[in-house]
Amino acid sequence: MLKLHYNLERVSMGLVAAIIIAASVGGIVEIAPLFTIDETVEVPDDLRPHTPLELAGREIFIREGCYACHSQMVRSLADEIDRYGPYSQAGESAYDHPMLWGSKRTGPDLARIGGKYSDEWHVRHLIDPRSVVPASIMPAYPWLLKSLDTDLLTDSLATLSELGVPYSDEMITSAASDALAQSRPDSNETDGFRARYEERPAIRAFDGDPARLTEMDALVAYLQALGTLTVVSETVVVEVDE
Amino acid sequence: MIATLTVSERQAGLLLSIILAALGLAMAAAARQGVMSVHGFLALGLGVGLAFMLGGAIYDPEPDEDRLRSYYDAPTQFGIVMTLIWAVIAMAVGVWVAALLYWPEATPLWPETSFGRLRPVHTTGIIFGFGGNALIATSFHVLQRTSRARLADSISPWVVLLGYNLFCVWAVTGYLMGSTQSKEYAEAEWYADLWLVVVWVTYFVLYLRTLARRNEPHIYVANWYYLAFILVVAMLHIVNNLALPVRWSSAESFPIWSGVQDAMIQWWYGHNAVAFFLTAGFLGMLYYFLPIRSGRPIWSYRLSIISFWGITFFYIWVGSHHLHYTALPYWAQTLGMTFSVMLLVPSWASAGNAIATLNGAWHKVRDDATLRFMFVAAVFYGLSTFEGSFLAIRPVNSLSHYTDWTVGHVHSGTLGWVAMIVFGAIYTLVPQISGRDAMVSSRAIEWHFWLAVSGTLVYVVAMWNAGITQGLMWRAYDENGALSYSFLQSVQAMAPYYLLRTIGGGLFLAGAVICAWNCWATLRLAHGSAKDRPLLPQPAE
Repeated sequence: MLKLHYNLERVSMGLVAAIIIAASVGGIVEIAPLFTIDETVEVPDDLRPHTPLELAGREIFIREGCYACHSQMVRSLADEIDRYGPYSQAGESAYDHPMLWGSKRTGPDLARIGGKYSDEWHVRHLIDPRSVVPASIMPAYPWLLKSLDTDLLTDSLATLSELGVPYSDEMITSAASDALAQSRPDSNETDGFRARYEERPAIRAFDGDPARLTEMDALVAYLQALGTLTVVSETVVVEVDE
Repeated sequence: MIATLTVSERQAGLLLSIILAALGLAMAAAARQGVMSVHGFLALGLGVGLAFMLGGAIYDPEPDEDRLRSYYDAPTQFGIVMTLIWAVIAMAVGVWVAALLYWPEATPLWPETSFGRLRPVHTTGIIFGFGGNALIATSFHVLQRTSRARLADSISPWVVLLGYNLFCVWAVTGYLMGSTQSKEYAEAEWYADLWLVVVWVTYFVLYLRTLARRNEPHIYVANWYYLAFILVVAMLHIVNNLALPVRWSSAESFPIWSGVQDAMIQWWYGHNAVAFFLTAGFLGMLYYFLPIRSGRPIWSYRLSIISFWGITFFYIWVGSHHLHYTALPYWAQTLGMTFSVMLLVPSWASAGNAIATLNGAWHKVRDDATLRFMFVAAVFYGLSTFEGSFLAIRPVNSLSHYTDWTVGHVHSGTLGWVAMIVFGAIYTLVPQISGRDAMVSSRAIEWHFWLAVSGTLVYVVAMWNAGITQGLMWRAYDENGALSYSFLQSVQAMAPYYLLRTIGGGLFLAGAVICAWNCWATLRLAHGSAKDRPLLPQPAE
C-alpha cells in the first residue's frame, strides 16, 4: 500500500483522480436515492403551492435573514411536538425552493405558526417586537410597511413552475393581480383568485389596511400559511414512547 | 505589483481588465436597477481602475530576467493584506451582531444593518474573506516552496485573488441590500456563484501547471490537502448552487432543489464546506508551516497518508448529521452519524501527528508565540473534531441541535483552530517575504496570542453553557407532564452568556487588530524579497 501511495504522489493527475473518487462516494450514496425512491417524499394530494402573496412574503422572510434564528422543522421529539405541534414531514416542503428548515433557534420554530396568533399581533410584533413581548430580543422591522413590489411575481411563478411546482398558466399570468386580490377582500378580483386557488388560502387585509398592498401584507400572509399548506400535518399520529 | 510584470504581461492584464469592465457594464445595463446593477458597477469600477493602473505604468521599467530565478511572492503578500482586512471587518461585524443579541434596542432602524442581513456578512466575511484569502495566499507560497518552482505564470495569480475578492465583496454587499439565496454559507446569488466557478477553475489550472514544473519528484502532503480543498469545494459549490434565475436581468433565483433533497444537498455542502474549506485547506497550512517553524520534520509520513485519505473519504458522508430527527430518511441520518464517529480516527491522527512533530521542540513552543499559535491550533483541532463527532451522535444531537452549543462548537473550530493556524502562518510568512528576520514587534505577537486564547475560551465556554441550558430548558417537563419553561424563558436565560460571548469576541478582535498593525509595520519596513530561491533546471551534462 505504501509503495502504491509512494508512486501515486508523484503523479499530480493521479492524485486529482483519486481525490475526486474518494470524495464522491459518500455524496452519491446518500443523495442519489433521495431522487429515485418514491417513498422518500410522498407529496400529499392536498398540498397546495404558496399563493403569489405568500410567495412574496417568503422572499421577504429570506431577504431579512429570518431563517438564521427561526427554524421551520419540528423534530420527532416529544417536547417539540408538545411545544410546536405535529412533527414536520418531508412532503410538506416538497414545493419549497429552497427549503427553510433552518439550523438555529434563537427564536422559536415557525413550522406550525400559521393561525396561532392574529394578524394584528404579527403586525405589531414585526414593527416593534418588544411592544407585545417585552423580553423579546428580535430586531424591529418598521420598513415592512412600504408597498410591495409585485414586478417579479409572474416570472417567479413561471420559474417555479419550470422546477415542478404546480402553477397553472393562468396563475402565472395573473400573479400580480392575485397578490393584490388576496389582501383586498372587497375587490372584484377575489372571484378569480378563489377560482384559481380554491377555498383554503385566506383573503384578508393582513396588515389591517385594505387600501394598501405592503410588504407586511405579504410577510403576514406567509406566516399565517405556515403549516397549513396540507392537512396531513394535522393528522400525524403521535407515537407515545413508553 | 505592476513592477513585477513584464510589458507583455501588463498588456494581457490590461486586456483582462477591459473585459471585466465590459462585463460589469453589461451587467449593470441589463439589470438597470437593484443589486445586480450595483454589482455591475462595482465590477466596472474594478476593471476601469485596474486598466488605468496597468495602462499608466505599461512602459515602466521591466523587472530583470533574474525574476524567474526567485519565487513570485507579490500575490501572496496581496492575499495576506486582504486576509487581514477581511479579518478585522468580519470579526468586527461578528462582535457587533453578538452585541445586538444582548442589546437588541441598539439596532439602527435601517434595513441594511439589521441582524438578519449582517449575520451572513459575518459568516461569509470570515469563511470566504478571511479564511479563503489566507488559503489562497499561503497555497501560492507553499506550492512554490514544496515544488521548488516559481508559479507557472504571473497573470493568473492576480486573476484568482482579485476575482475571488470581487466575489466576496459582491456577496456581502448583496446581503446588505437584501439579496440572498438563504442557503447557509452559500448565500451569494447566481451570477456571483458563476463568477466564482471561473475564478476557481483558473486557480486549479494554475495549481496543476505549477505542480507540473516542480523540481521535486514527490508532491508534498500540504499540496494534497490544498488540492482536495480546491477540487471538492468546486464540486460542492456547483451542485449546491444550481439555480434558475427568475430573469437574466435580476439577482433573484430559485434553487433547483426543493424540500428534503434540498436539505440533504445543503448540509452535504454545509458540512463539507467545514471539511474541505475550513479543515483540509488549513491542514495543508499546518503541514507546511508547523515543521518549518519548529524545525522538525512531520512525525509520521504513514499517519499523514492515513489521515488524508480518511478525511477525504469519510467527511463527505457526515452532512446528514445536521438533520437528525427531521424529515430526512432515517437511514441517511444513521449513515451521517456513523461516519461522523469514524471520522474521529483520521482527525485525531492529524492532530496527533502535528503535536508529535513538536517533540524535541517544546522549548520553542514555550519561547516562540508564533509556534505556540500553531500548537494551540492543533490542540483545538483535536478538541473540536472530538466535539463534532460527539454532537453527531443522535441522542446528543437531540439536546444540542438548534442551540448555541452548535455556535460554540463552530467557534472552537474557527477561532481556536482555523484562525490560530492562519495567524501562525502569517507571522512566519510576513517576515520572510519582507526579507526580514522577524516581525517588527514580538511583544505584539505575545499580546495577540494571549488575547486570542482568552477570547476563544471565554467565547466557547459561554456558548457551551448557553447551549446546554437552552437544550435542557426546552425539554424539561414538570410533575404534571407539562413543559416547564416557555420559549421566552429560555431566551431570557441566555442574556449573561450573550454578554460573555460578546466580550470573548471583542478580545479576539482586539488581537486581530494588533496582528494587522504588526503586519502593516513589518511590510512597510521590508528589505527586498524572500531570500530562498527555486531550483533551476540544470542543463544536461
